[in-house]
Amino acid sequence: MDQPDYQELKDFAAELRKSIITMNCHAGSGHPGGSLSCVEVVSYLFAKEMNFSPENMDDPCRDRFILSKGHSCLTLYAALAEKGFFSKEEFKKLRHAGGMLQGHPDRIKTPGVEFNSGSLGQGFSFALGCALGAKRAERDNRTYVLLGDGELNEGQIWEGCMFGAHHKLDNIVAVVDYNKFQSDDLNENITALEPLSDKFKAFRWQVIEIDGHNFREIENAFYRARTTAGRPTIIIAHTVKGKGISYMENVPKWHGSLCPTGEERECALRECGCEEPI
Amino acid sequence: MQNMRDEFGKALVELAAVRDDFVVLDADVAGGTGTYHFRKAYPDRFIQCAIAEQNMFSMAAGLAESGIIPIVTCYAVFASMRALEQARNSIAYPDFNVKIAASHLGLDVGPDGATHQALEDISIYRSIPNMTVVSPADPVEMRAILPHLLDTHGPLYLRTGRSPLPDVFDSNTVSEPGKAQVLTEGEDCTIMAVGGMVHRALQAAQKLAEEGIFCRVLNMSWLKPMDETAVIQAAKDTRAIVTCEDHNKYGGLGGAVMEIVCESHPVPVERVAIDDVFGSSGEPEDLAREYGLMPEDIAAAVRRVMKRK
Repeated sequence: MDQPDYQELKDFAAELRKSIITMNCHAGSGHPGGSLSCVEVVSYLFAKEMNFSPENMDDPCRDRFILSKGHSCLTLYAALAEKGFFSKEEFKKLRHAGGMLQGHPDRIKTPGVEFNSGSLGQGFSFALGCALGAKRAERDNRTYVLLGDGELNEGQIWEGCMFGAHHKLDNIVAVVDYNKFQSDDLNENITALEPLSDKFKAFRWQVIEIDGHNFREIENAFYRARTTAGRPTIIIAHTVKGKGISYMENVPKWHGSLCPTGEERECALRECGCEEPI
Repeated sequence: MQNMRDEFGKALVELAAVRDDFVVLDADVAGGTGTYHFRKAYPDRFIQCAIAEQNMFSMAAGLAESGIIPIVTCYAVFASMRALEQARNSIAYPDFNVKIAASHLGLDVGPDGATHQALEDISIYRSIPNMTVVSPADPVEMRAILPHLLDTHGPLYLRTGRSPLPDVFDSNTVSEPGKAQVLTEGEDCTIMAVGGMVHRALQAAQKLAEEGIFCRVLNMSWLKPMDETAVIQAAKDTRAIVTCEDHNKYGGLGGAVMEIVCESHPVPVERVAIDDVFGSSGEPEDLAREYGLMPEDIAAAVRRVMKRK
């Protein structure tokens, strides 16, 4: 049997990168580094894994995606626009007064956004509540929550880990976008996370480590999560911060809320395949 | 004389018998908040969140998103400070239908001392958009307004309490939601009180009446939104106001009343409240005496404010 080439997913991801760089250029700020590192995971969730579309966005049985690392909302907005929740015209008003796309996600202003994340740790707990709520209502929808690695510094994350395991929430999948950098520097120089996998195992979560840019590994991980009963799953997705834009990759300053200018802007647009911002 | 926390727990049990749309969340303080009554009667609707208030608050928002009404219970000092940012960003900002019920208010906490005495919670919660803040005066009022609070969409901060409180109301006299209720009529001064201070305000008014000073006493259980009409009317009718609260003097009931009065109908106001200091250990009655929250302190404030008319 032929190995799938995941071309559709690769195309979806390429569109997200175009949208991310476009939004970054329009807004003049935003967090490109961590938005680019999670593109493949978000692409897989929106294009393949989740039962979530503009048609069922108010249906209690829809799958939920919560971007707990809310500063990476460029990726969320790109995926929502790609799925038709709103027009890409909205990109022009990102982070500007009167726009529907806020600097961090806002569920009331933006269709398809599930939670007002950005204050780190809270989206994770919210997702646990969604998962527990689905179980109590006997609905079989699933909840997906994307965490930053720097976000794991928050004590609330570990409160949530204990809660999720204790309540046997096997209908939630958390993904760590493990790009190794946080706001100012490498995780390792801020507060070391390793051994990360062992930490989650000690909290009684199923842990799956993958290359977070490899669709086959992403697909297998979500399949394993779906077929595991009695405990929650966390996928540690090893990623590259700034992935896809050569000069942003693994450079801490591109975590921050800033915008490429001059030659950097031209290079970013060229590398993601845009002649001009969308 | 009934214990506020026990009555809160029992009221939840009674409500659960007639409606299945809510669950109760606890942070391992069910004995303290009175929700152990509920845990015993409805274990399947009682969610143990452990000593992890921050997770509990944000998680509650997720439950609310699923269509369940979570009643989040813990001590006020943790509800208003430990998990405050979760209350703001996970609950109030996205406007989730989460009901926060906090016990252990003010010096009434007593022997546990200052770490467990919330003297700031009114000030904190009333500054959060979308948040309603309610503090009933006795168990009768709490039972009467609970169904209304559950029927009304939106984030709520409900102050329950701890100690036994004398009944202010009988079941026929509880006011309508959102209104400041006139408990006694008088034209010389208005005493506005909240929570466990309402019965002390009534005692003060009675004592003052014996001296020929007649006070209007208002129960200010609706701290936000506040019944501005009743406050302005009191300012116009009695031209002097005393506020009473087991809370810091900054930003609580007194602060809220002064905001309204200064803007709409300036009259002298005196605050009976804690003088911007931390509490300490002691029996609630002894602490009330030490910190100036007794009926005689209220009466003295009335006499002072009347001289400023």
